[in-house]
Amino acid sequence: MLNRPIYLDNAAATRLDEQVLEAMKPYFFDIYAVATSEFGYSQGIEAQEALGRARGVLASNLGASPEEFIFTSGSTESSNIALKGVALALGKKKGKHIIVSKIEDFPVLHSARALEKQGFQVTYLDVDGDGFVDLDRLRDSITDETILASIQHANQEIGTIQEIESIGHICREKGVIFHTDATHTFTRVTLDVKKIPVDLITVSAHTIHGPKGIGGLYIRQGTQIAKWVDGGFQEFDLRAGLENIPGAIGFAKAVELVTEEENERFRAMRNRIIDRILTEIPNTTLNGHRWKRLPQNANITFHFVEGESVTLHLDMRGFAVNTGSACFSRSLEGSHVIFGMGGDHERAHGSIRFTFGRYNIMEDVDAVVQALAEVVQELRSISPLGKEK
Amino acid sequence: MRFPYSETVLEHFRHPRNVGKIEDADGKAIEGSPACGDMVSVYIKVDPKANTISDIKFESYGCASNIATGSIITELAKGKTLDEAKKITWKQASEALGGLPKIKAHCSVLAVEGLRSAIENYEERYGLVKEKKPTTVEIVRQRLKKVMNPMTGLSLARANLVRNIEVKDGTVRVVIDLPPDHQFAPTIKEEIIDKIEPLWDVKEVTVEFTE
Repeated sequence: MLNRPIYLDNAAATRLDEQVLEAMKPYFFDIYAVATSEFGYSQGIEAQEALGRARGVLASNLGASPEEFIFTSGSTESSNIALKGVALALGKKKGKHIIVSKIEDFPVLHSARALEKQGFQVTYLDVDGDGFVDLDRLRDSITDETILASIQHANQEIGTIQEIESIGHICREKGVIFHTDATHTFTRVTLDVKKIPVDLITVSAHTIHGPKGIGGLYIRQGTQIAKWVDGGFQEFDLRAGLENIPGAIGFAKAVELVTEEENERFRAMRNRIIDRILTEIPNTTLNGHRWKRLPQNANITFHFVEGESVTLHLDMRGFAVNTGSACFSRSLEGSHVIFGMGGDHERAHGSIRFTFGRYNIMEDVDAVVQALAEVVQELRSISPLGKEK
Repeated sequence: MRFPYSETVLEHFRHPRNVGKIEDADGKAIEGSPACGDMVSVYIKVDPKANTISDIKFESYGCASNIATGSIITELAKGKTLDEAKKITWKQASEALGGLPKIKAHCSVLAVEGLRSAIENYEERYGLVKEKKPTTVEIVRQRLKKVMNPMTGLSLARANLVRNIEVKDGTVRVVIDLPPDHQFAPTIKEEIIDKIEPLWDVKEVTVEFTE
């Protein structure tokens, strides 16, 4: 048994960094007022200034100016605002066609489905065996009616990083607004809006050791987008609601704490876990591209075994990992990402996702590989499959 | 630590009983299929004098509740008469395990069905089927409910892929609404034959795919 639990599901949620909590504390106890205008009372002005500073940190990380960044309650809300806000702004004026990839995370995919029920047409783009969107297909599917393409920066499960620059150029040429869900790449893979023609970017604090319940949306100046959450005039009158100032401060602090060394460290852990599993455990397949993938993500199918059995065995040994198996999910549906890239149920059934965070060390990789080798062998010994040889 | 299953489920999951194959089994069955989800194989040896299950083994490609149910039904069935064993229900298996989550019924019921099918397989092979009902289109259709399309995880029946079934003089002809070069056509064909061939009056099974 391990002397401490090893958490390898950092794509789902991360442990808060103490420094983030320390930065947030004053905004719970000392400066808790609503952010007021510059003509308000002093605590409110201080709150407003703190919010502005946090916004500056977030915006500059993307190469944007502060007024192009709004805070939201997280990536789900950001993507909802992006898709529905553009649909509301342009649905009557320009057209009702939207393009998304088949392997988007649920906020984008289900927003698209919701719009479909409202009379929009949605093209769900196929991806290849590594999870890449075909650029020619994208170009061909754009029509005069197309108002928005929403294609993720990197995939939440298999980690593949899209050719976002080329995608952006295609959309720009054709005059289509381009949204990307960067929940898993933010601060991990560079995304600079001065270099890449992207109009809307979803980001979140929960994947980078920040607090839950705060995220943001980059909105390029001039982008046609309607207000989706109605109420007051907050966030440049684009998203109403009392500002989550401690959250915004925590989000900014979390961004500042990410370093290139850390991303390099993740990359080393990722490479080691992939190399060790593929060479030491037979009948394993990597899901997603070998190199063009998130530094913190590895996803591997262990053939002849089922993922929930693997995660439960690992859990009993103190490891937390995730699987694309139907048996693990609330919906009892296998991973739409694995199916989307042409995999079958068997591929999804035995897929395990490992995602690294700040509190993982290289020894965790060796410990989990050791445990996996045993667990997978045990489960294969009771499996009717894979014994022909 | 807070695990999603009862202590007994975890115990059977960690140390499943009666795992393996019986090479010279008197009856065997495979429920589910590898390409579309959980799968259980059940093997039985029968004491023909006492008409009891003298030995039973199982194998599982499945989630924790699938493995635990496979394990518990082997314990429940061992030594029982065939008629008694056939009557073991999912509810009994679940109770013996200290309760299974309802949402997991579909993966754990496979083991219970596996036991029943293994007994039926024994009876069919040894000509012990009491009322020899002639095979009908309806019986074939029922059996096809257990054959899955690996692409969707839906049974052929549910996905409306069964174009036609003909039963004539011991020959069963099944037409499936998938192209012959469909990536899972051979798997599906093999599974259909496995499910239909053991029927006592079936001499030949042909599976065709639409163009």
